[in-house]
Amino acid sequence: MSRELSLHLSLITLLFALHFILPEYHHGNLARVMVLAVYAMAYNVMFGYTGLLSLGHAMFFCAGMYGMGLSMRLYEISAGPASVIGLGVSAVFALLIGLLALRTIGVGFMIVTLMFSQAIFLTILYFNPITRGDEGFVIPQAARQIADIDLSDSGNRYFAALILFSICLLAVLKLVRAPTGRVLIAIRENEERAKMLGYDIWAHKLGAVVMSGTMAGAAGAAYGLLFGTVGASFAEVPFSILPLLYVLLGGPGTVIGPFVGTLFMFYLRDLSSALTDAHMLVAGVVLILLTLYARRGIMGLIREKWLKWLP
Amino acid sequence: MEFGPHLILAMLEGLVQASVLTLTALGLSLVFGVMRVVNVAHGEFFMLGAVFAYAITDWLTGSAAVGFLAALIIAPLLVAALAVVCDRMILRRLDYDPERTIVATIGILYVLQQVTLMTYGPDAHPVTPPFNQRLAIPWFEFTDTGLEFYFPWGLSTTSYKLFVIAAACVAGLGIWILMARSKLGLILRATQLDRETAQAFGIPVERVYAFVFGLGAAIAALGAVLVVPIQQAHYLMGGDPLLLSFIVVIIGGLGSLRGTVVAAILIGMSNGVISVFFTPTLAKILATLLVAFVLVYRPAGLFGTKVA
Amino acid sequence: MAIKKYLDVQPTRRNVLTGLAATGAATALPGFTPYVQAQSAAPIRIGFQVHRTGIGAAYGRWYDRTTTAAAKVINDAGGINGRPVEIIAEDDGTDPKRGAEVIEKFTTHHKADIAFGTLFSHVVIGSAPRAGELKMPYFVVSEGHHVASGMLNRYTLQPGITDVKSQVQAMAPFVADNLGKKVTMIFPDFAFGHDHRDYFSAAVEAQGGEVVAKIAIPPTETSFTKYFPKIPRNTDVIYHVMVGPAVLTFVKEMGEFFGSSRPEIFGFIDSLEAVDLKTPGLEFLEGTYFWEGNPRYAQANQSEHDKFYRAAVGVDQNGASVSDGKDVSTYAHMFGCWETLHIIKAGMEASGYQGPSDRAKLIEAVEAMTNMPLSQAHPQGAKMFNGKTHQVFGHQYITQVKGGRLELAHTTSIEDTMYPDEVDYTSQSF
Repeated sequence: MSRELSLHLSLITLLFALHFILPEYHHGNLARVMVLAVYAMAYNVMFGYTGLLSLGHAMFFCAGMYGMGLSMRLYEISAGPASVIGLGVSAVFALLIGLLALRTIGVGFMIVTLMFSQAIFLTILYFNPITRGDEGFVIPQAARQIADIDLSDSGNRYFAALILFSICLLAVLKLVRAPTGRVLIAIRENEERAKMLGYDIWAHKLGAVVMSGTMAGAAGAAYGLLFGTVGASFAEVPFSILPLLYVLLGGPGTVIGPFVGTLFMFYLRDLSSALTDAHMLVAGVVLILLTLYARRGIMGLIREKWLKWLP
Repeated sequence: MEFGPHLILAMLEGLVQASVLTLTALGLSLVFGVMRVVNVAHGEFFMLGAVFAYAITDWLTGSAAVGFLAALIIAPLLVAALAVVCDRMILRRLDYDPERTIVATIGILYVLQQVTLMTYGPDAHPVTPPFNQRLAIPWFEFTDTGLEFYFPWGLSTTSYKLFVIAAACVAGLGIWILMARSKLGLILRATQLDRETAQAFGIPVERVYAFVFGLGAAIAALGAVLVVPIQQAHYLMGGDPLLLSFIVVIIGGLGSLRGTVVAAILIGMSNGVISVFFTPTLAKILATLLVAFVLVYRPAGLFGTKVA
Repeated sequence: MAIKKYLDVQPTRRNVLTGLAATGAATALPGFTPYVQAQSAAPIRIGFQVHRTGIGAAYGRWYDRTTTAAAKVINDAGGINGRPVEIIAEDDGTDPKRGAEVIEKFTTHHKADIAFGTLFSHVVIGSAPRAGELKMPYFVVSEGHHVASGMLNRYTLQPGITDVKSQVQAMAPFVADNLGKKVTMIFPDFAFGHDHRDYFSAAVEAQGGEVVAKIAIPPTETSFTKYFPKIPRNTDVIYHVMVGPAVLTFVKEMGEFFGSSRPEIFGFIDSLEAVDLKTPGLEFLEGTYFWEGNPRYAQANQSEHDKFYRAAVGVDQNGASVSDGKDVSTYAHMFGCWETLHIIKAGMEASGYQGPSDRAKLIEAVEAMTNMPLSQAHPQGAKMFNGKTHQVFGHQYITQVKGGRLELAHTTSIEDTMYPDEVDYTSQSF
């Protein structure tokens, strides 16, 4: 087994083992972190590997969240099929957005994704009777079960998050080591050259957007299902900036980076909350220091200095 | 209100918004155009202009007009100084790499916002305008006796709002004169066109960058000082202006100051005018999608010369 | 090492100081003996979910002050069952996602007995499910109708502040009888505003009135003049309620729009919470009416309890901070924190609360409460608690702007504010 695979499998094993060791508070936190890390990994596929900086990823997260949530709320579909619907909705949505947004590049792409995300947020607010707008709605505890497994139980929740995280982690690892992944990196590094070499740039980019959007939607559906609320605050601009932060901190263009970044940011906020109200101040300072002295993020730094084979 | 007066009112309000937006966006456009970097903290410089204006007027007891005048001069200068510090300490060390600058300016955004929260606090505070008279606006209608003027209920503006429009025009004119007719402007435009050649001609590019960054922040702060007697100073007020300025700069076309001005006026006015016809949330959805589709089908913006 | 310390349950610097202060204050009093005789002197830990940052921060500041004052008063009087109250505050950033995380932190990390204090509805709705799952009593001070609507769970209660539905519906008779029958409503275009729109429309139509226009304003709007032209010419009375940092702009621009010929105006004090009535541009409000949850200016019939409450919190006769006359409080809402903490005390004492295993008993004790007379614990006025819907009902006050002050014009009866039950939480299991 290659060392890349064994490294990632050991991460999954570590997370599995932590279920039995961690105190209740950190156990709950880690479940959240794993779902948010899937969101960050989705963002990494587009940004870290393909070089497409989107400022509107919240819309994909919400496509999954609302796809799942509204199916359950309006049509009383059970949790399992509702999640599949959420996944489907986010895939179709990602395809649509990709077809439109990929006509722009660079800063234009940033703004277009931001605009579409804002439009989705406003649409959620506009259809208040169905979505309950900014307040959102609750998914009753009784309904959050798949195959009779109660997902509101902290142990089951942790494992559900772990399963989702592991699937996505290994999927990204596979993508990155496969030829498709290499092409994405080539596009990131120098798009003209990749085109000259004969690769279909547009198809690869679209594929990246669809994969990224679907994975973000999976995170959204999982978050809604595991934690019981669906709300418009997940469609606002700050929630789109979060995965960018997580990925940058953890290491863009590394597979584990997003998880590291999410974990780091979560506890940074939690720990600094105890010291000051302005916890985002600490985040801001950390960001500035990172860009100045550790531009490749935490895992990027590790890759540069010690583990050159890290995917 | 009848349609005619309603439209006039919406357009007037739109002009006020457009005036402030023009200044804010010009600041961003200047930085973008000359330095080729995205300053995500631009909205925070705007916010600081308003907060400093409050601090200055609060500290200077006395007539509101004197306080406001002092704020108009001092606040942009303070913000400019802060911006230059950011440039020297952070952005220069990143060698103005586009991606790293985005990240660093996000960090600066958080730092500025949170420090303001910790010192100025979470409340919104008003600033008294130097003068503020309600001015009723006449409208016309055709009656049996021909064209008649009357004062429709509610159709009015204030002397201060007109002042804002005038001040923005003056400031815009000043910037145009600076860019098109002065030696300093020549240096800025040269650096924007070709950094290496400008350097070869002996232009101190690093100092130009610091100056531009400071100037961009100052112009935004000026816009904020103008608007703060109408709105209030609040630590979160930088978010919307940032978003709008970005849209304006991209739609207007990167590197084109004229495009920025045109786009700012268009977008500022349409904000008000669309709300005449649609409910606000729907209007915002349409406006947002419109911006997105303009960019999708015309990536260079209205006046842009090169694709981003 | 910091990490190791963090993995254990560590009291934070903030709550250690609060605990020490509370204990210290108590030792100085002659009634110190209750502590010695208590079965357990371990403090009652109350998790305070507060909006320290984000759009709710201005309210959060005053909620913080009121909560601290109420805890001190309770501790000075011997605490709860002889145990001192310890307030553990965590900022939720006025964000629902963080709100849920904070509830979890209170339960699993801080080992708090209960959670309390949230204001903004969307945060309550984001946090309540988690509180229900963790079986954590969650006392909210939110004014939202979400508790009584049945959307939440048996662990969430709102016994200290009345909800929007009862407030709005109680205003309709006064508005229709005194101000006019044709109403234009101006409200923020999100759930809170929609509640106003829906409940008031129904209530005023029942009074023979008519809502001639409903103007919804997007939540983050900063300039309002362009909305006022939608007010129909035949409007008798404007009904306005606005929240957020831009409220002052809203009211000022409304005044500029009307000039000297304004219709009757009835507003909710939310449009002016924490804003000084003497701010230039607000002169046109003279003679207009406001709903006030709790009258900001001390009235001629001020009760001794209101006097005591103001002194404890540090608020003067004008509803502003005693140390800074320009720092106006959110007087219409913050009393909810004071009253809720006193109800928590009453509930814990009635149920003989010892620790987290008694949480269900605590909730049952609170559900059994009904009449709450005007007292030091309830300075806003007498209340009636509905144990089935977990919502309290109380007097609503209407004041009029006269000479730069808000003078009481009308007090509704509690019955005027009631509506049929929409849920029975007591039939749900724990």
